[in-house]
Amino acid sequence: MSTAVDATHHDAHHDHKPSGIGRWLFTTNHKDIGTLYLWFSLIMFFVGGAMAMVIRAELFQPGLQLVEPHFFNQMTTVHGLVMIFGAVMPAFVGLANWMIPMMIGAPDMALPRMNNWSFWILPFAFCILLGSLFSAGGGPAFGWTAYAPLSTQYGGDSTAYFVFSVHIMGISSIMGAINVIVTVLNMRAPGMTLMKMPMFVWTWLITAFLLIAVMPVLAGAVTMLLTDTYFGTSFFDAAGGGDPVMYQHIFWFFGHPEVYIMILPSFGIVSAIIPAFARKKLFGYSSMVYATAAIALLSFLVWAHHMFTTGMPVFAELFFMYCTMIIAVPTGVKIFNWVATMWRGSLTFETPMLFALAFVILFTIGGFSGLMLAITPADFQYHDTYFVVAHFHYVLVTGAVFSIMAAAYYWLPKWSGYMYDTTLSKVHFWLSVISVNILFFPMHFAGLAGMPRRIPDYATQFADVNQITSIGGFAFGLSQLVFLWVVIKCAQKKGEKADSKPWEGAEGFEWSVPSPAPYHTFEKPPKVE
Amino acid sequence: MSEQHQNNSILVKRLLLTVAGMFAFGFALVPLYDVFCEVTGFNGRTSNEAATYEMVEIDESRTIRVQFLTRNAKGIPWKFESSVKEVRIHPGETKVVNFLAANPTQSDMVAQAIPSVAPAEASLYLNKVECFCFNQQPLTAGANTKMPMQFYVDPDIPDHITTFTLSYTLYDVTAQSSQSFKDEQKETE
Repeated sequence: MSTAVDATHHDAHHDHKPSGIGRWLFTTNHKDIGTLYLWFSLIMFFVGGAMAMVIRAELFQPGLQLVEPHFFNQMTTVHGLVMIFGAVMPAFVGLANWMIPMMIGAPDMALPRMNNWSFWILPFAFCILLGSLFSAGGGPAFGWTAYAPLSTQYGGDSTAYFVFSVHIMGISSIMGAINVIVTVLNMRAPGMTLMKMPMFVWTWLITAFLLIAVMPVLAGAVTMLLTDTYFGTSFFDAAGGGDPVMYQHIFWFFGHPEVYIMILPSFGIVSAIIPAFARKKLFGYSSMVYATAAIALLSFLVWAHHMFTTGMPVFAELFFMYCTMIIAVPTGVKIFNWVATMWRGSLTFETPMLFALAFVILFTIGGFSGLMLAITPADFQYHDTYFVVAHFHYVLVTGAVFSIMAAAYYWLPKWSGYMYDTTLSKVHFWLSVISVNILFFPMHFAGLAGMPRRIPDYATQFADVNQITSIGGFAFGLSQLVFLWVVIKCAQKKGEKADSKPWEGAEGFEWSVPSPAPYHTFEKPPKVE
Repeated sequence: MSEQHQNNSILVKRLLLTVAGMFAFGFALVPLYDVFCEVTGFNGRTSNEAATYEMVEIDESRTIRVQFLTRNAKGIPWKFESSVKEVRIHPGETKVVNFLAANPTQSDMVAQAIPSVAPAEASLYLNKVECFCFNQQPLTAGANTKMPMQFYVDPDIPDHITTFTLSYTLYDVTAQSSQSFKDEQKETE
């Protein structure tokens, strides 16, 4: 494509782009909505990160120094909720909005108006949640899991704020998921069969099905919390014939598929990036698809591994233990496929690839600690200790968040039209990957030695390990400011102009359109080979 | 394009139905869980209805230790304990154990005891002929009472269960029950 054509292309579409704040409020353009989601997610990442800094500052030394225990509990709770529902999930929805229509050769998402709604209700959800921190009695302090009776009897009015914000987040996710499914199933360019779709599209399709299956269950569970608290029902109140353990069953029936919702799109991102920088086709494409589907199906059969210590019969514990361990098989298929993709490839180590490689290695560490936790008798030792905290931060920070960073670096040139600052990005990568391990690796030892999670104070024997962890935490938090700097530089159009295809080995329709991607793409579907 | 729209709206409708179905499923889990617990003895619940004692053969070759545990939920200052900590019983044999409750406060109160059996498997074989936990227990200020519990252990109880614990947690339900008393009064008026 010549530059002259590019220029006219650009001008032709310039008229269609509304200006001012109205463009963002009323937009139905998948790229605009994707951008909104990604900025929102980045802001929430820093909000949740700031709470993590409060937590780490308090835990820097044993004893109570900076905050009240009740406020500490609010921080752990809201940090979890903000990071899950505000940072990781919206980031994936943003990536889906930006990339899925371009990857399948569609002009936009299938339901653009609903797309606008699904984004714009999110800020309200988080205003309610974050606003509750300033209300009398404070925000939710019962952990992101909101176990009854802690949430129903001791939560005060924060339970209501929590429930309503979760309802809105759930509606937003469900609308986003419906949009993805309809787009992928109905809007593919002619000739784009399901088994020709990029892995990112596949993983998102499966994630979207998980979302519509479990987000309504969460909505039901928190509604029961609400009626137990305010309307005299006894779903989880033993005195009235209910059962608090049942809350945990319903919650984790949602909760376990939820953790795969937060990792399957990562698998898709890494499956796009590794082949691009290994300059080889993805090894075992169809096995990747089947492995993703297998993980999604198995995720419905493992929820009670979060509850081994609730006094289940041995048979149930064995069932959930084995089902959990079976998930290691399809996950292993994926890890080995990525390694095989790199095998004898012509590897280069641009920043997206660095993050993708860190993802493969560190996510695997998180997966292994997950296997350790799956062993029922061992779990009685690890349960509710920092070992669990180490495990889920390895899979969520060095897993999900690193893959989002990788995706951001990989597609930033396409989004902004400018190459990111490569030096700064490498500084960001190395600072992050070193500090994140100083932050989370020692937590394994603290947990194995018996340090409980969700406490503002601890026995003095854990002082050293917590100090190291906190130093890693501050370093990791500050390192993310470098990322913010890189993104802002790109958004301000500083730096080198990017080609339509800045990565030599990249594949997919998104690289056939100019950078930045024009406001409207693929109004005529591309030709699929 | 119109065909596309039609396809989209059909799919959207199906997906919305799925969402509604899953929301309903979340609530359906409540009765499903109850049935599951009742059938499997999961979670150590016992039946809320009196079992009728059928003349079964008493298996004198075995003795089961049944231990009793009482505790108060938050906010109920009653004295609540079993007259004995433990009984030894042959499967098939009935026994009565008394539980003592006293209301030391200045006000009339109503309490509800919630039973739980550990290990949960044993709950399937515990049959209560009579239990104070079947009803709410009112006690006037300063009063005390003896509450009987009659039970037998099903002779089918597996051999590996030699001991089990029956625990009662006492909850204050004064507020709820006075509300229902008021409702009843309104109805009679």
